[in-house]
Amino acid sequence: MSGLSIENISMRFDLPNGKSVQALKNVSLHLNEGELLSVLGPSGCGKTTLLNIVAGFLAPTEGRVVMNGHAVTGPDAERGMVFQQGALFEWMNVRENVSFGPRMRGQRERTWGSHVDHLLDVTGLRDFKDKAIFELSGGMQQRVALARCLANDPDVILMDEPLGALDALTREKMQGLVLKLWKETGKTIILITHSVEEALLLGERLLVMAPRPGRIHKEYRLPFAEMGVGGDLRRVKKADGYASTREEILAMIWDMEEEIMGRVEQVQ
Amino acid sequence: MIGLMILLVYVAVFVASFFLVRFLVRRTTTDFTARKTVTFGDESAVVSDRFASAISVITIFLIWGSFTGSAWIPKFLHAPAPFVGDTSFTYTLEAPDGTRDDATVYVRVTGYGQELINPEVDPGDGFAKNDGVAVGASRTATILFDANDAVTRKDGAKVVAIDGAAIEEGTSLSTSTGRFALTDKGAISFTPPRGLQMEPIWLPAPEAVASRLVEIAKDGYRGSSLWQHLGYSLLRVVAGFLFGAILGIPLGYAMGLSNWFRGWFEPIVEFMRPVPPLALIPLVIIWFGIGETGKIILLFLASLWIMAIAARAGVSGVNITKVHAAYSLGASKLQILRHVIVPNSLPEIFTGARVAMGVCWGTVVAAELVAASEGAGMMIMVASKFQLTDIVLMGIILIGLIGFGIDILMRRAERWLVPWKGRS
Repeated sequence: MSGLSIENISMRFDLPNGKSVQALKNVSLHLNEGELLSVLGPSGCGKTTLLNIVAGFLAPTEGRVVMNGHAVTGPDAERGMVFQQGALFEWMNVRENVSFGPRMRGQRERTWGSHVDHLLDVTGLRDFKDKAIFELSGGMQQRVALARCLANDPDVILMDEPLGALDALTREKMQGLVLKLWKETGKTIILITHSVEEALLLGERLLVMAPRPGRIHKEYRLPFAEMGVGGDLRRVKKADGYASTREEILAMIWDMEEEIMGRVEQVQ
Repeated sequence: MIGLMILLVYVAVFVASFFLVRFLVRRTTTDFTARKTVTFGDESAVVSDRFASAISVITIFLIWGSFTGSAWIPKFLHAPAPFVGDTSFTYTLEAPDGTRDDATVYVRVTGYGQELINPEVDPGDGFAKNDGVAVGASRTATILFDANDAVTRKDGAKVVAIDGAAIEEGTSLSTSTGRFALTDKGAISFTPPRGLQMEPIWLPAPEAVASRLVEIAKDGYRGSSLWQHLGYSLLRVVAGFLFGAILGIPLGYAMGLSNWFRGWFEPIVEFMRPVPPLALIPLVIIWFGIGETGKIILLFLASLWIMAIAARAGVSGVNITKVHAAYSLGASKLQILRHVIVPNSLPEIFTGARVAMGVCWGTVVAAELVAASEGAGMMIMVASKFQLTDIVLMGIILIGLIGFGIDILMRRAERWLVPWKGRS
């Protein structure tokens, strides 16, 4: 079975005081190849834990992740990850960062050179390829992170709030870039975000999670990502159903946040 | 007393030059910092004032020269020098029968380090005869005035006045000629004016130190040339530091990467770290003698823990997302060590290396002070035993300059090898 299956995952952390926290409970999900899923939810709902489990950085207490027919046991190049920030290697220039994956797998520049240069072109980094990381702006750094992930040609791309630290304008441009790259490369993408707008614009499928214990609350299938490809994202925001869906999800998350604020932490 | 005066002069120069520079020097910098209105509390806006640094160094030299009577600085800047030359005073001797007679003592005060020759004098008339004595500058002479007198102290005669001013046993008297006192046996104790300058044996003038430097650079000291002395010290530091780094850095990495290594070495490192390397000198001498082996092992121990702790801090300073990113890009453990952990820990390791080099340099000098046949520390140690203060000072200045040079070189290397430090 191709694609990515998250099979009945639960995650429980033991606390030093002997109690434990249920971060995720019975989360199941199947992603087909080439699907773009955005995950939304109030803080503490286990989004990042879920992503770390899919990436293989954490082993769930129950359940498993199955990718292309085999269970995930650790991080692997088939599942690339784009982090919020701070994951670039400052001691390498832009091109060395982007070509890191192929180089680590022992490939010669003959093999990866043109692919990496193409990605630098697509992400608009061609003129900056010899620059040091600390010379780039935040938006450019995230483009490097994106290109570095794509250069490795993973089957699934996991994005942990990759645009969270960017300003509104840069963010919108980057959203367009993510959609473009998604369509061009046909990768399966899971994108975690705090922004309802971003989740609506980029998510072909949208998952709203609820906290304590972290679980899937509601799933949407949305047309906006398709509309946005190659188009104007601001026009998409005026499309039918966009505003009403946004209000619906906002209200949903608002209720959850209110419930948390008013409730004592539920510890088992 | 002199110390307090020097401090006052120093503070006065500090304050005066601050206002002078402030009102006389027009700053023409127009960089971003120059436009900042908030500088108090903004560390990045505080830069070392070049004028202050220059004046500070010049002031030290001027004070040094001034209070040692250096030939290098103009006479009017000298602190009052001790009296040198011929002077005289008269004393009034009272015979037991109450008669008095005056006699003159001619004193030849000779400069530092010169031979004392009593001046020839005409004994004059009366029962008190004139005397001629020699005394070194700033020294006190006990004048047995009655050696040639007709009536002596044995006969019951005593001094009752000096230059007309009354004096008796146990009191003292200061005139423009100098300071007088009577000893309990009735002899005259005379000190010519001391001035405010330091004696060369406490603090030699800058030119004395410089000429020593030239002399030792040319002829060597205690069988080795100056360069051999300094070279030995440097070589010991470099060898000890390199051994310490070669073993300490991998040890630190292992402690940062493995529970077992951390558990095993943590008690050792945490115990050895606060032990000052100087405290190990006696043990090292007992075990390895005073030769090269002992010194290099001492410096190895001095740098080992510093480098191990720096490398461990470097590993724990790696942002976990970088490691995660490298794993999900398909890197192996060895590749992550080589391409992520090692480069990421370089800034910490450089900081550690700078500290370690400083500690090693200090330790080697101390170890040579204790026992060595050559080296910068040995040079000043031996010189101090012969009260050759100029060599001691020269050695201290050279040790300081070399330590400073080492630190500058390390900083250069750091900027070259770790350009991203503090910028991510």
